Amino acid sequence: MAELFAFLLSGVTVGFIYALVGLGFTVIYNSSGIINFSQGEFVMAGGMSAVFLMYAGVPLGFAFILAIISVSVIGIILYKLLSISKDSSHISLIILTLGFAIFLRGLAQVIFDKQLHTMPSFVGDGSFEIFGAILSYQSLLVIVVSLIIVISLYLFFKRTKTGQAMVAASVNVDAARLMGINIKKILVLNFAISAVIASIGGILLTPITSTNYEVGIMLGLKGFSAAIIGGLGNPWGAVAGGLLLGILESLVAGYISSEYKDAVAFVVLLAILFFMPGGIFGNLKAQRV
Amino acid sequence: MDKPLLEIEDLSFSYKQIIALESVSLTINQGEIVSLIGANGAGKTTLLRTISGLNVHKKGKIIFNKEDISQTESDYRVRAKIAQVPEGRGLFPILSVEQNLRLGAYTRNDNEIEKDLEFIYNKFPILQEKKDEYAGTLSGGQQQMVAVGRALMIRPKLLLLDEPSMGLAPIIVEEIFSVIKELRDLGTTIFVVEQNAFLALKSSDRAYVLENGKVVISGKSADLLDDERVKEAYLGA
Ligand SMILES: Nc1ncnc2c1ncn2[C@@H]1O[C@H](COP(=O)(O)OP(=O)(O)OP(=O)(O)O)[C@@H](O)[C@H]1O
Ligand SMILES: [Mg+2]
Repeated sequence: MAELFAFLLSGVTVGFIYALVGLGFTVIYNSSGIINFSQGEFVMAGGMSAVFLMYAGVPLGFAFILAIISVSVIGIILYKLLSISKDSSHISLIILTLGFAIFLRGLAQVIFDKQLHTMPSFVGDGSFEIFGAILSYQSLLVIVVSLIIVISLYLFFKRTKTGQAMVAASVNVDAARLMGINIKKILVLNFAISAVIASIGGILLTPITSTNYEVGIMLGLKGFSAAIIGGLGNPWGAVAGGLLLGILESLVAGYISSEYKDAVAFVVLLAILFFMPGGIFGNLKAQRV
Repeated sequence: MDKPLLEIEDLSFSYKQIIALESVSLTINQGEIVSLIGANGAGKTTLLRTISGLNVHKKGKIIFNKEDISQTESDYRVRAKIAQVPEGRGLFPILSVEQNLRLGAYTRNDNEIEKDLEFIYNKFPILQEKKDEYAGTLSGGQQQMVAVGRALMIRPKLLLLDEPSMGLAPIIVEEIFSVIKELRDLGTTIFVVEQNAFLALKSSDRAYVLENGKVVISGKSADLLDDERVKEAYLGA
């Protein structure tokens, strides 16, 4: 029982990170219709820049803020690249995001290195015991911060004028423009928000699983799976998909073998695409707000 | 006496190969209701979209309030107080009625937004009743009211309406057109596109007839009602 609980807790922790990556996919997909395959690299860039800023002696809090700002600049650069090529087909734009991912990985190798890096827990090395299972402070931090992000995003989209404009633009671009909404600004904001969420995920995860220049590949694919599992375009779906994936992975790793862990995402993804192409919750836009 | 609010000079627009507007020139004066009639595919929607800046034209001028707005973005034109109720209404179905209406005030920062919302609820009491419901769940007529109300939240000087009668029961159409006349009396200038030529000519001061992207007839609506060409082509006489 304690064992099961331990697996669940670690599943939820990682699941929240997948949820954040999945939310990043969702935010960009809803605003632009593009699947951003460099989302995982945004996560990597967040963790790696925070680590190297810390090595450089920058106080942790500052290092986080600088890392988040840098990654949002990267997000905005990606938007600029996409908007320059806006007359190309959707597929070309999606391939552009793949190319950008490869570029970011290369850049990370050059600027940083190829080693594995970690950071000390941000909240000390203590832990709680819940039903005999151990939950580290850092894991709890991941869960709390993720929840705060999810709730803030919800309130932002639901209650603020800019958030409503973003929802409007994702539903009907022309009608949004007729309200005087500047679509380019909205898109820039979407890419920046998506990058911020991803980089926070990358920073939070670093003390738990470590990071290097290529962690973005797996994290991106898992986050993408989370978004698809929950129903692409549905932010609640992305969160649920991320949690489901994290928990399943952790159970498989615990009860079967950690070798199969990474396969879980793809098995679930294929099963969903096969049997429920709209995802568990469907990409019902009605559930979005 | 006639003060031009919108002047379109020699405007042309094409979608890749298709020429949708060819050297269109027209004027809309302050306080007028002007209608635009024409068959399917004549270019009516294209013209309204070009006035709002959703279509970017290369040739011709759009002058609003003495300012050439040809090169400006759509959000600039909304701030300049051009509002459009698009074809098919263009509501945000997953947002509530009130959220839709408030988005109409997106560009505004004044403190009369609440007052205007009240005004719209007074005009269309059913919308107040349904203010928290998803706009997508309303009937066609109610959706059209939301679309008109949302455009009014811009506090437009010029209101463009693209086929407001489409798909609506005659009694609702009448209600919408009576609101249009009231709005004009309150000082809003109106440019309305209609396939229902009789209704359009009955409810407007002047009219333009568009055929294959060109203005072929224009004049006082009352005169057009008696025009043989108009009668034959559009009034089914
Ligand atoms: N997005 C588009 N891409 C290509 N061609 C278009 C597009 N929109 C309209 N057209 C073409 O431009 C011409 C004018 O269309 P438009 O929609 O402006 O006509 P309309 O007068 O509004 O017609 P309706 O009464 O059916 O609404 C038509 O030939 C139409 O096929
Ligand atoms: Mg039309």
